[in-house]
Amino acid sequence: MTITESAVASAGISLRGLTKSFGPVRAVDGVDLVVAPGETVALLGPNGAGKSTTIDLLLGLGKPDAGDVRVFGMTPDQAVQRGAIGAMLQTGELIRDLTVRELLTMMASLYPNPAAVDDVVDVTGLHDIVGRRTNKLSGGQTQRVRAAIALISNPDLLVLDEPTVAMDVEGRHLFWNSVRRIAASGKTIVFATHYLEEADTYADRIVLMARGRIVADGPATEIKATVGLRTIRATLPGVDVEALTSLDGVKSADRRGEAVVLHCTDSDAAIRALLTAYPAACDIEISGAGLEQAFLLLTGDRTSEDLS
Amino acid sequence: MNATYLRYELLRTLRNRRFFIFTLAFPLVFFYLIAGTNRHQELGGIPFATYYLAGMASFGTMMAMISAGGRIASERQAGWNRQLRLTPLTPRQYFRAKVATGYLMAVITLVLLFAAGLTLGVHLEAGRVAHMALLVAVGLVPFAALGIFVGHMFTPDSIGPVLGGGVSILAFLGGAWGPVGGAHGFMHDVSQATPTYWLVQAGHELVGEDAWTSTGWLVVAAWTAVLAVLAARAYQRDTKRV
Repeated sequence: MTITESAVASAGISLRGLTKSFGPVRAVDGVDLVVAPGETVALLGPNGAGKSTTIDLLLGLGKPDAGDVRVFGMTPDQAVQRGAIGAMLQTGELIRDLTVRELLTMMASLYPNPAAVDDVVDVTGLHDIVGRRTNKLSGGQTQRVRAAIALISNPDLLVLDEPTVAMDVEGRHLFWNSVRRIAASGKTIVFATHYLEEADTYADRIVLMARGRIVADGPATEIKATVGLRTIRATLPGVDVEALTSLDGVKSADRRGEAVVLHCTDSDAAIRALLTAYPAACDIEISGAGLEQAFLLLTGDRTSEDLS
Repeated sequence: MNATYLRYELLRTLRNRRFFIFTLAFPLVFFYLIAGTNRHQELGGIPFATYYLAGMASFGTMMAMISAGGRIASERQAGWNRQLRLTPLTPRQYFRAKVATGYLMAVITLVLLFAAGLTLGVHLEAGRVAHMALLVAVGLVPFAALGIFVGHMFTPDSIGPVLGGGVSILAFLGGAWGPVGGAHGFMHDVSQATPTYWLVQAGHELVGEDAWTSTGWLVVAAWTAVLAVLAARAYQRDTKRV
């Protein structure tokens, strides 16, 4: 085995040069990603960033136009056959007319080395509803049963695609508590979300996606600092943009006629520095850049800087 | 075969009251309505009720088999097929469970129809009943594949008209509602080339017509081969979000 091959085999997940188009739309555009076993990674991005398509390719539900997917050194199909992958897809309901326990037993019977149904019920907190029919569950309960199905194969990799979208605050809390317990047991977890907070709180590492590409990848705190950008806009004629960029807390600056726009890593420091250096600055607005705006900044799309 | 998986597939089919009652009630109601009101008539020396029981057995079991299509379409809409793709369940196991469910519904249909026949005084001979049931089971094979194929091609909203229309045409051409095209000629040949025709002949074993010939095996085998390939392809292609 060559060095690269053994590196791939020891990685939990290895995506290389992954590309997938639907008609003229490039949903995934050259994604490279390696996830170590035991890591919890958030795929963060706005709708249409390519998160779900990447997950479909990772799970073998779609075939990439180009590139390669390996899960614990295996193809997705092989990994599925061995029960190494458990997944909670973004959309999906449960089949009707079985109780929660019956459904879990049925799914467990499909795998070579399934988890015990009782253990899965424990970790997902389903005690109260194991005897209930699947068509009599609330939205949050359904999601937890779907998570239980994802765990029933006793997988090494758990993939969750926007798992909390349909849940209320209480449901989210319960759900992520379960995920924490699962992560603590050493499983590799990849989850997609468009909530920065979820990614920050529950992931070791955040992978930012926009327009089918990975635009940032690093520890959660680092990414949060990047995406948590604020913008200061002020009327300030005749000042050099370069000079503004060197102010404390400012990452970059642009001129729009009479006005300047400062993208700040620390807007508190930046506003103090700005007013000290340029007391003439007026019409000042400070705004938080939303996730989508931050993504667009990171992708270097100039039109996006029209936000303020 | 995975017995646990199969057991729960069957169980949830039986628990789905709407499908269950509708699939079973339809042939029963028809049988009582038509055979019940004509119970003292005869057709070529055979009591009308017996004759009609044979016809309803074909039609009812066909509907029972094809009803798998509706269930599959609903499961697909729920995203369940994508979930199953993430399990080691093979297409073969999936098909077997679906076919087994169809046959279970067909058997229940037959039993209920025979019971209904007895209440109208239909005389049933064990030998003939067994012979007929065996041939009906053979004649149903292409319909098992048809149900799975159609279930993967259409949504729950569109599958009703597709099944209703398709089954009516096949039933009409195959002579389920009375012979088509006389004893010879083009329409007779068309009729003989349908799987429904042979299912009807299989049902008529009950009245001792012995109309099942080697052509029957051939037609059933050909339809099964074509529909099974179509069904397998539709299943394999079907990984998209619906």
